[in-house]
Amino acid sequence: MAVLAEGLPSQRESLAAELSGISGRRRTKNLVMTALMLLAVVMVGFVLLLVLATVVTKGWSIVVGSFPDWFSKDIQLRPRVAGPGMKAAIIGTCVITFTATLIAVPLGIAGAVYLNEYGRTRPFARVLRFLANVMAGVPSIVMGLFIYVFWVVPRGTNGLNGFSGSLALACLMLPIVVRSSEEMLRLVPQNLRDASYALGASTSRTTLRVVLPKASPGVISGCLLAIARAAGETAPLIFTIGAAKATNWSVFKGTNTSLSMQIYGNAKESFVTAQQRAWGAALTLIALAFLFTVAARLLSARLARTR
Amino acid sequence: MNTLPADLPDLRPRRQILDRLFRGSTFAAGALILVILVLIAWTVTQKSLPVFRSEGIRFFTQRRWAPSNEIYGALSFIYGTAVTALIAVVISVPISVGIALFTTQIAPSWLKKWLVSLTDLVAVVPSVVFGLWGIIFLAPKLVGVYKTINGWFEGWPVLGHIFGHASVGRTFMTAGLILSVMITPIITSIAREVIETCPQTDRDGALALGATRWEMITGAVLPHSLGGIVGAVMLGLGRAMGETIAVALVIGSSPSITANVFSSGDSLPSVIAFQWGEATSELKRSALIAMGLTLFILTIVVNLTATAVVNRATKKVQGA
Repeated sequence: MAVLAEGLPSQRESLAAELSGISGRRRTKNLVMTALMLLAVVMVGFVLLLVLATVVTKGWSIVVGSFPDWFSKDIQLRPRVAGPGMKAAIIGTCVITFTATLIAVPLGIAGAVYLNEYGRTRPFARVLRFLANVMAGVPSIVMGLFIYVFWVVPRGTNGLNGFSGSLALACLMLPIVVRSSEEMLRLVPQNLRDASYALGASTSRTTLRVVLPKASPGVISGCLLAIARAAGETAPLIFTIGAAKATNWSVFKGTNTSLSMQIYGNAKESFVTAQQRAWGAALTLIALAFLFTVAARLLSARLARTR
Repeated sequence: MNTLPADLPDLRPRRQILDRLFRGSTFAAGALILVILVLIAWTVTQKSLPVFRSEGIRFFTQRRWAPSNEIYGALSFIYGTAVTALIAVVISVPISVGIALFTTQIAPSWLKKWLVSLTDLVAVVPSVVFGLWGIIFLAPKLVGVYKTINGWFEGWPVLGHIFGHASVGRTFMTAGLILSVMITPIITSIAREVIETCPQTDRDGALALGATRWEMITGAVLPHSLGGIVGAVMLGLGRAMGETIAVALVIGSSPSITANVFSSGDSLPSVIAFQWGEATSELKRSALIAMGLTLFILTIVVNLTATAVVNRATKKVQGA
């Protein structure tokens, strides 16, 4: 009976309706509400498609139309002049996000290891878990202001560089990495740890050799999502990286720029040429963010298969 | 165990040191969260002090924002933050809960996976892209819509003021609409998780009593998950309040306190981002940082309440 009910929900309900003689009013209400729920799904899908379609159609010609220029030329200095080139922002986004990843991912995973392997239910671990949630809710603009006050101001004009931006993004990523990694570490079966202890391994060895490798697909997937999120952020960078239009590979020297900053700056302009650049940068940024998300997806799909 | 064979080196002291070192460094990484939060509160408060010294409590109670006269009142920005976040939540809640219910109660399992991906994809789109789409694509198209709606309610007692005169596309309403799309993934995913904890027996019981699917949802699923959904909505509210770039682009950046949702306004994060570049005086920067502090405190209060509500709801569910 249970199997039948699980497998055939629609038949089950129509049968129930037949048997109980559900009144037309109740049946209509059920139908209307079901349609409304479906409408909610369709609406969000429609908006998402509309946004993506607009970005692709408006950004395509400048990104792909003049193929190598978009990726190989620096940014046009005057907003009203046409001319592709977003290399500075593409390099900036990659360099800044990469540096932020180097900072946030090891720290975040180590923090998660503390919470799940050492702290567990201790009061301090509980407080930290709670604070990680609080920190995840702090608006990104506040992280930017914090790094500005804490890191940029003491360094004067030299403080405006890619590294300051990376610090702000790392603050944003840290709680995300901690939370997702801890979740993944918790899924590692306890008997694997016990087996390792029984062989005489210490907690550190067990964690590094047994627990982390077992959890790695999930941990990496969480990190990739955090990277995708950070790469798209604008607010923390406004206060920290300054404004540049030429490519700057260095995170420590000189101001920098990013795709998100270019979108923000050009979206405010009324010139079509500037707006065109904004759409192009948006297309590039979305492609980048989707790339990381798809990679994360594939990893967690693999994880689900091996379990 | 205490004696080792003579030919085996005793590794214990070295291993113990390494183990302690490892433990210590993971502890330090974890404690970093606490350190950063304390540092945020401390340093941002420090830099806010100049404006609090010069304005006092008026910083929160006065509407006027006139940096050229050194008058800094944050009230209209706080108002704008509240209004846009509220609009976003009012629009997003029925949609998010609808999607969550459809995904968990109605959709067959093959479709479920796709629906989850759909809402996750919305979360992947960077907020600045929503802002760009809002300012160039959506806002100009909305002017006409706003005018039509204004026409319907012209002269009505309350609604006539809320849906008041419309002339521009960059308004509280536009910001609220964009925000509602942006917070839908977070509300949907939490609501989905909460709804999925509803026991199958409750649902089967309702159906066995002759309930239609909708009656099963209102009778069994929603009462069970109400607490969690409220918490999810508050988390969405917190996210909407702190959202910067998308709002900065579509809200119109002219501080105002009016019931009319079709008028331009400004919000806390938006003004910080928008006026930062032109803020050269120490006092103005301090005022903008103080608004960041206000935002920090507001979002923490909202998020803490949300967490408490969710925790209480899950405890109640587990207890029942």
